[in-house]
Amino acid sequence: MENRIFEHYTPKDRSNLIALLQDVQEAYGYLPEGQLKAIAEYVGIPLSTVYGVATFYNQFRLTPLGKNVIRVCRGTACHVKNSANILTALETELGVKAGQTTRDKLFTLETVACIGACSIAPVVNINEEYYGRITVKEIPKILNKYKKEEAKPKVEQEVSAE
Amino acid sequence: MIEMTINNIKVKAEEGMTILDAAKSVGIHIPTLCHMKDLFPTGACRICVVEVEGMRGLTPSCAYPVMEGMKVDTNSVRVRTARKTIVELLVENHPQDCLVCVRNKNCELQDLAERYNLREHRFVGEKKDHAIDVSSASMERDPAKCILCGRCVRTCGDIQKIGAIDFTNRGFKSNVTTPFNKGLNVSDCILCGQCILVCPTAALREKSHSKDVMNAIRDKKKYVVAQIAPAVRASIGEEYNLPLGTNATGQLVTGLRRLGFKKVFDTNFAADLTIIEEATELINRVTKAGDLPMFTSCCPGWVKYIEQNRPQLLKHVSSCKSPHEMEGAVLKTYYAKKMGINPKDIYVVSVMPCTVKKFESSRPELSEEHMADVDAVLTTRELVRMFKMAGIDFNDLPEDEFDNPLGESTGAAAIFGTSGGVMEAALRTAYAKISGKELENVEFQEVRGMDGIKSATIPINGLDVNIAVVNGIGNIGSILDEIERGESKYHFIEVMACPGGCINGGGQPIHSKPEKLKKRVQTLYDIDSKMKTRKSHENESVQKLYREFFGEPNGHVAHEILHTHYCDRKKILEHS
Ligand code: SF4
Ligand code: SF4
Ligand code: SF4
Ligand code: FES
Ligand code: FES
Repeated sequence: MENRIFEHYTPKDRSNLIALLQDVQEAYGYLPEGQLKAIAEYVGIPLSTVYGVATFYNQFRLTPLGKNVIRVCRGTACHVKNSANILTALETELGVKAGQTTRDKLFTLETVACIGACSIAPVVNINEEYYGRITVKEIPKILNKYKKEEAKPKVEQEVSAE
Repeated sequence: MIEMTINNIKVKAEEGMTILDAAKSVGIHIPTLCHMKDLFPTGACRICVVEVEGMRGLTPSCAYPVMEGMKVDTNSVRVRTARKTIVELLVENHPQDCLVCVRNKNCELQDLAERYNLREHRFVGEKKDHAIDVSSASMERDPAKCILCGRCVRTCGDIQKIGAIDFTNRGFKSNVTTPFNKGLNVSDCILCGQCILVCPTAALREKSHSKDVMNAIRDKKKYVVAQIAPAVRASIGEEYNLPLGTNATGQLVTGLRRLGFKKVFDTNFAADLTIIEEATELINRVTKAGDLPMFTSCCPGWVKYIEQNRPQLLKHVSSCKSPHEMEGAVLKTYYAKKMGINPKDIYVVSVMPCTVKKFESSRPELSEEHMADVDAVLTTRELVRMFKMAGIDFNDLPEDEFDNPLGESTGAAAIFGTSGGVMEAALRTAYAKISGKELENVEFQEVRGMDGIKSATIPINGLDVNIAVVNGIGNIGSILDEIERGESKYHFIEVMACPGGCINGGGQPIHSKPEKLKKRVQTLYDIDSKMKTRKSHENESVQKLYREFFGEPNGHVAHEILHTHYCDRKKILEHS
């Protein structure tokens, strides 16, 4: 896979770094470690620089996304309506911190700035779904819905990792 | 010439000079953190700001050139407040454990806190929290103490051209670290410690062996001996405010005896031994169509570099152990036998200007029958701390002499501590071995000095020997490329990882007196020029060692004990 991505770029040219990172993330959904090493070699810069750039920009992720992506709104309106408690509850329930993915790769927890649904604050967005005026009490039930879906037998497409 | 005023003082400055340098030229101090002499300014820390008349904001003086008629104020209320706020923010995001910190009283952050009269905590808040990276055998990284000046990043990337560490993340989470935060031992780091020398705080420091050494000394069953590298004697005086370049060999010997070492030997003895082995190896390679060019192997930072980056070229590296490892190996074989001591009881401590040598001493290849050749390595700085704790007042110490036979050395050995020294020493002996004649003038000016690459052609007996000296690992790239392309004209190449050689090693005293390197180098050349014998093959104790124990240079016994082999670390790193 990497050769097909890399061949669009001249080797040993620093200015390609960001574009290459974007292409690799596009292909893998995240930036696998092996790919960052390959990029460093190809562009001809230290791995530490590649890693530094990859962690500097919010657009890049170094871990694969979970199956379901939970976004907790931390915008002003939601903040006023105690979104901090919602986040803490989700963190406790899932056993991960914001920005992390659960061990079973089922959930990734993230925070976002205003989603634009302030009228129903506090808001949590899971995949395509929006949960407004959400309370701490509802959280286990909502999560269970996604867990149950996972438990259903079905033909699954492996996301290629590395 | 440009005329301007700084704090109402008339200043004549050169065009292109920064405000910072112009101020310094008239005795005005401006603090700096991210600024590094001879490197392009980043303007990152802003501690150096000044007020320039007619300009709206404050100006970073390290990055701004002087201009005709400029009026600068370095000490206005606005400037002082801005600087003080920067210091306060740095201090509040810092562990503040100065009392138990290895850089206590030698820390730029402490100095700034004092200079700007911090007397209260105004910005108490969340502090960054990072684990200490203790993964490497030589160094520790403590990112909680990092003030993000970037000096290590630039030293490692721009000067050493290694790039093991860099800025990661941003904002509050900003951190200088290794790729994937995985630890120095699995990064490109060669453990040269150059980053330690530039770090303003204790965020980078050596991994200390001093407890192990103290415990060994206390252990009645152990026969604990020390050896001192050439470069330590030329720098340790700086820690005691002796003039730069003081040769403190005699005091060092006394100090080590008072610490409890049974014997104090000189690594210079083994430097002479190294030259005999290395020159012989070179002559063999030249006459028997061996792999050329041959690289020196006394710098473990360089060895680690080539193992990690160009393992395919390892056959070009001399198989000789580095001098302190040879000294250790001889102590645990020849010396133990001669003195009737069980080699298992001998504990060899190397006092070195170097951080990599800690890693080196832990290499399994460097041992005899499962005994490490060297048991512990102390940097110059660690030894100073041990002296302090033991109540040893260095300045008042009488001088003493090394123990023998591993204490005798020639002038050739003394200059090992500076870039070009190993080459010069090797040439003195190779010349005699090849031509059967002794050199009239033993000094090779071509290989001295601070240039990044020094090269020369030395005619010996009709053979033109092409040599090069690589001063600082950042200059190695083109030399290695040439070899890979099969275009290298050289026979013999010396490489020292630290710019300037071991006198500027990562274990040396930390301070920024600009003249220090030149003075340390001069001290070593002075030791050499005052010696009765200046060629390694004239070291009588070494000659005797061959007669009584090794037989021939590069012979069977010598190969067993004085030579080593290397490993492909590129593979190891790829899989970590
Ligand atoms: S020890 Fe040398 S190679 Fe390692 S991070 Fe520091 S400067 Fe870079
Ligand atoms: S580790 Fe030291 S030198 Fe490096 S950025 Fe931090 S404070 Fe500066
Ligand atoms: S040049 Fe000297 S101090 Fe620096 S890494 Fe090499 S052996 Fe150590
Ligand atoms: S602040 Fe949360 S949706 Fe606007
Ligand atoms: S020293 Fe000038 S900006 Fe840091």
